[in-house]
Amino acid sequence: MPPDPQSFPRLAPGCRLNDKSQQPRTLLMPERALRLNGPSLEIVERCDGKHTVQQIITDLQKIYSKAEPQKVESDILGYLALLQEQRALDFT
Amino acid sequence: MTMTAELPNPLALIAELTHRCPLHCVYCSNPLEMQSRVNELSTEIWFRVFKEASEAGVLQADFTGGEPLARTDIIDLIRAARAAGLYVNLITSGLPMDEAKLAALVEAGLDHIQLSFQGAREEIANEISGTRSHEHKLRVLKWLKQHRIAVTLNFVIHRRNIDQLEEMLAIAESSSATRVEFANVQYYGWAFANHENLLPTREQLNHSVEFLKRAQERLKGNLRIEFVVPDYYAKYPKPCMGGWGHKLMLITPSGDALPCHAAQVIPGLRFENVKDRSLRDIWEQSAAFQKFRGETWMQEPCKTCDRREQDFGGCRCQALLLAGDAAATDPVCSLAPLRPKVDAILARMISAPRAEIFVKPNWLYRPNPS
Repeated sequence: MPPDPQSFPRLAPGCRLNDKSQQPRTLLMPERALRLNGPSLEIVERCDGKHTVQQIITDLQKIYSKAEPQKVESDILGYLALLQEQRALDFT
Repeated sequence: MTMTAELPNPLALIAELTHRCPLHCVYCSNPLEMQSRVNELSTEIWFRVFKEASEAGVLQADFTGGEPLARTDIIDLIRAARAAGLYVNLITSGLPMDEAKLAALVEAGLDHIQLSFQGAREEIANEISGTRSHEHKLRVLKWLKQHRIAVTLNFVIHRRNIDQLEEMLAIAESSSATRVEFANVQYYGWAFANHENLLPTREQLNHSVEFLKRAQERLKGNLRIEFVVPDYYAKYPKPCMGGWGHKLMLITPSGDALPCHAAQVIPGLRFENVKDRSLRDIWEQSAAFQKFRGETWMQEPCKTCDRREQDFGGCRCQALLLAGDAAATDPVCSLAPLRPKVDAILARMISAPRAEIFVKPNWLYRPNPS
């Protein structure tokens, strides 16, 4: 089920980005770690409980303005759903 | 072409901080010969190990034991590992913990706490751990709800508690855990000594797999359920440690660097100590880490098997225990020449009278080192 556009995703307890000084940037989680590239890092950095899903979509559509906006939106929703399945997000 | 150019970084450091433990579990993964307190690494050496680990590319540190909370410097160790840039996971029985200790652990930067359970009910849990421990663990679960920290519950599964999965899951669902592991006992060390009384029946195993599949579907997105089967019942071996010397490094309480928990059972391997050499040096150069790395050591049928990059020939320690040769194909594999040995163990259990299977056995309990 895709996340509600008006909800605020936030990294779940025990899920955090490694330090900015550490490369590659990685989402650390219980018993697993996910390497993040450009767009996935942009998304995860905004999962702070202050951005709505819709705001994240709008932000990334600006950053990746050459990409099809519809594609950016569906990619983000897909990625958030994947993180949710990994139990890496809480939505408020 | 050098070995190091192709070698991946270690991803996780398993820090066995001590072998001391208030529990005496009959399947403990510690070796039969344990280290006493006087041989334990100092706080300062652990600090250096965390720094070296992070520099070598390690992302996560698993603090385990024995009972890691038996170390009086545990708070400093967590702080230092976090400061070095590691994700810190504490694997604990929860026994030497009170509300103040838990708050201090969280405050020190602990990322994830993995609380072990020996069953869903007092009676069996206490029997397996050889202590009165279950009630306290339930108290710890209540305290954990007050903190923003990741929690995994780890239920170790075997013949005498596998029929309690529903109750175990209910404990997990009523807690703040986001993950729960139902990990069947793996048969090394103390567990191997007790295996005849721990192996579930095939009927029990099939029933548990069905139950957990349904639960996984129902709890998707809320609670992650991980399930580890006893590999004696598997068709193919487990990819032990993600490959020998490929992802993980274990440091014993006295500082020996091992490719896995049980590696000391393999004769002829010499382990380097972190007191003498750097972590990266050991990872790249030590003979013990190179011994079963890659594929050159493999025998048939592994050598030409399509699955060799998937399961790496299985577990070297199990090969040693069951085949008497650490380089043999893991005998749990259906393609292994020595699979009949595993089948014979299963057959012995199935032919035992049912009543005998379910009465309290004469356990060999793990003692506590001084």
